[in-house]
Amino acid sequence: MAARPRKSASNASAGKAAKSVSESSAEQIVKTLEHFDAPAPAKFSKDDEIRSYRDMLLIRRFEEKAGQLYGMGFIGGFCHLYIGQEAVVVGMQMAMKDGDQVVTGYRDHGHMLATGMEARGVMAELTGRRSGYSRGKGGSMHMFSKEKKFYGGHGIVGAQVPIGTGLAFSNKYEGTDAIAITYFGDGAANQGQVYESFNMASLWKLPVVYVVENNRYAMGTSVNRASAETDFSHRGLSFKIPGFQVDGMDVRAVKAAGDLAAEHCRSGEGPIILEMMTYRYRGHSMSDPAKYRTRDEVQKMRSESDPIEQVKKRLVSDHGMSEDDVKAIDKEVRDVVADAADFAQSDPEPDPSELWTDIYADDIPQAAE
Amino acid sequence: MPRMTMIEAIRDAHGVKMAEDDNVVVFGEDVGYFGGVFRCTAGLQERFGKSRCFDAPINESGIVGTAIGMAAFGLRPVVEMQFADYVYPAYDQIVSEAARLRYRSAGDFTCPLVVRMPTGGGIFGGQTHSQSPEALFTHVSGLKTVVPSNPYDAKGLLIAAIEDNDPVIFLEPKRLYNGPFDGDHDKPVTPWSKHPLGEVPDGRYIVPLGKGAIRREGAALTVLAYGTMVHVAEAAAEMVGIDAEIVDLRTLMPLDLDLIEASVKKTGRCLVVHEATLTSGFGAELVAVVADACFYHLEAPIVRVAGWDTPYPHAQEWDYFPGQARIGGAMKRVMEG
Ligand SMILES: Cc1ncc(C[n+]2csc(CCOP(=O)(O)OP(=O)(O)O)c2C)c(N)n1
Ligand SMILES: [Mg+2]
Repeated sequence: MAARPRKSASNASAGKAAKSVSESSAEQIVKTLEHFDAPAPAKFSKDDEIRSYRDMLLIRRFEEKAGQLYGMGFIGGFCHLYIGQEAVVVGMQMAMKDGDQVVTGYRDHGHMLATGMEARGVMAELTGRRSGYSRGKGGSMHMFSKEKKFYGGHGIVGAQVPIGTGLAFSNKYEGTDAIAITYFGDGAANQGQVYESFNMASLWKLPVVYVVENNRYAMGTSVNRASAETDFSHRGLSFKIPGFQVDGMDVRAVKAAGDLAAEHCRSGEGPIILEMMTYRYRGHSMSDPAKYRTRDEVQKMRSESDPIEQVKKRLVSDHGMSEDDVKAIDKEVRDVVADAADFAQSDPEPDPSELWTDIYADDIPQAAE
Repeated sequence: MPRMTMIEAIRDAHGVKMAEDDNVVVFGEDVGYFGGVFRCTAGLQERFGKSRCFDAPINESGIVGTAIGMAAFGLRPVVEMQFADYVYPAYDQIVSEAARLRYRSAGDFTCPLVVRMPTGGGIFGGQTHSQSPEALFTHVSGLKTVVPSNPYDAKGLLIAAIEDNDPVIFLEPKRLYNGPFDGDHDKPVTPWSKHPLGEVPDGRYIVPLGKGAIRREGAALTVLAYGTMVHVAEAAAEMVGIDAEIVDLRTLMPLDLDLIEASVKKTGRCLVVHEATLTSGFGAELVAVVADACFYHLEAPIVRVAGWDTPYPHAQEWDYFPGQARIGGAMKRVMEG
C-alpha cells in the first residue's frame, strides 16, 4: 500500500530499501531454483476420453441443477458451484489409486462426485435432508465420506491444508503408499497455515499433493490484487517443494500432472505443488454481482477453453463417436442428476432429535431451559 | 433526518471518521475494490483512495497483526473480518498482542484498533457462517466488546470505537443489517426505513461505549439482551402480553452495571437472552452480575434463554435459534417463578 499522500516523503526511503532486490533479479532467483516442467498431456484411450467426459458432465449438470434448486428455494445459505473447473478433479481422480485421500474447501460438490460419492447424497445435503451425507448438519460446504476417503468439505478458507498434511503423515506412519490430495484456492494460498503445512510436509517428506485451483479470483478479488507472487507453483520453493503450472482446462494435462505428482510422492520424495490454471464460470456463490470481471472474459473462457467441449470434440473427431453416441452419455448423466434432484426434494427433513447428535461420542446433558 | 440501514450507518461512520482523521485506515478481505461482501465499506476506496481503504489477502492473522503494528505506531486502523467465524486465525493476535500491548508496555504503547465482524445466524450459514463469539472476547481483559442493535447505535458506537484508545471488537448482527429481524423468519423483515432507530443524523455523533439503553419500558420483568435478541425479545413480550422492560446492553465490555441494577431492582425479575451457546456464554456473566447486585430484590430465579450447546446447525437452524416462542415461554416462567 502506498503511504498517505501528504507524508509521501517518509515513505520514499522505505521504497528505496525494497529496491535493493530488483524485480528481475528476484525472478532470476526463483528461476534458478529447481522446479519441474509440466509434462505433456496424457495420451487418452477412447475409454479414458469417455470416462472423463461422463465424469465432468456429471459435475456440470449436477451444479446446474443445484443452481436451479437454489433459485427455487430448495437450497438455502451458501452454495459454491464448480462449473468450469471440472477437468481439475476429474483428471486428478484418474491419476489416483484406491486408498488415496481427498480434502478440499467449500467448493466441494465436484470433488465429491469425482470420488464416486452418490449424487443423491450430495444433493440431499444441499437441500438439508436426512439422507444427505451429513444428515443436514453440514450443508453444501461440509460433507464427508469415509468409504470414498473424502475428508471434507471445509468452510474455513485454508483450514483443509494442514488437515491434508496430517493425512499424508498418517500414510507415511502406516507405511502405505497412499497419497493425500489437498485442494485449495488461489485465495486460500495466502493463509499462514498453508506455509506452516508446506514446511512440515517437506521437512517430514510427506506424501501430499497440494493442488492449487487458481481460478483467478477469490470472491471479488483477483489474484494480482491479493498476491505478491502470482505463480503459485513457486510458492513452495523456499520450503524445497517443487511445483509447476498445469493447464487445468485440459483433463489430459491434469491427468499427466497428477501421474507425475503421485509418482513423486509415492517414491518418498515428499510433497509437490500443482497449480491448476482454471476458471469458474459462475459467481463466487449464489449471490455475486460479479462486478469484478467482464462478461466477455467469462464468455471467452467458455467458448475457447471449455474442458467438456474439448473432450466432446475429440470423441467425435478422433474416436469416431456419432452425435447420437455422445447424446446417449448426456442422457445417462441427465437421468442421474434428475433422480438426485427428485430424491433431494422428497427426502424428509432431519429428525428433530438430530439437533443433539454427533456433538460428543457420549451424550452430554444439556442444561434445562 | 436521513434514514439508513445498518449497513449504510456503518459505512457512514467510516466515512465521517476517515474524512476527519487521516490516521483512520480501513482494510480487510474484499473491503476496498468490492466494498465488502455486506457492502459496509462500499465507496470508501473511491472517496479516500487506495492508501486509506484497501483489500487484504485472505489471512486474518496477518490482517489483525498488521493493524496492531499500525495502531502501536499511532494510526487508527479499522479492519473487517468478513464473518466472525473467520476470526479464529487472528485470535492469537487479538488476545496475545492487541489486548495486552498497553499493559505489557506499562502504558507506553496502546492499540487503538477496531476489529469489525458480522455475527449471528438466521441466514442458513451453518456452523461456519453463523456464530456469535462475543464471550471469547469479553473474557479477555484489555478488549472492549460492542454489539449494536440498530442503525443509529451502529453509527454512534462505531465512531466511539474508532475514537477509543483501546482495541474494540465490534460485532455486527448480520440478520439486522437490513431490518429489525424479530425472529419470525416466515415474514419479510420490516425495513429500517420504517423504524425510528433507522433515523441516523448526518456527521459525527457518538453513542458512548459502556452505556446501555432501555428499548421498552416495563414493570413486570427485566430482559437483558443485545443485538438481534433485542428485537426478538420485544416481539416476544408483545406476543405473551407481559410488561417486560427490555435493556439493550449495546456494549458488553465495559458493561452498564448501573442500568442493569436499576432495572432489575425496579422489576424484581430478570431474563437473560442471547443467541450464542448457553454454557460459558456472556449470559452467565450477566446472571452473576445481577445475583451480586440485586439478590435481595429478586422475586424469582433468573432465567437464561440461549442457543443450544451444539455447533450451529444447517438444516435445523430455526430449532436452534432462540425465537419468540422460547423467549415468551421463559418470560412466563420468570413471572410464575
Ligand atoms: C478464514 C476464512 N476467511 C474468509 C472466508 C470467506 N471466503 C470464503 S471463500 C473466499 C474466497 C476464497 O477464494 P479461493 O481460495 O481462490 O477459492 P475459490 O472460491 O476461488 O474456489 C473467502 C474470502 C472464509 N470462508 N474463511
Ligand atoms: Mg479462487
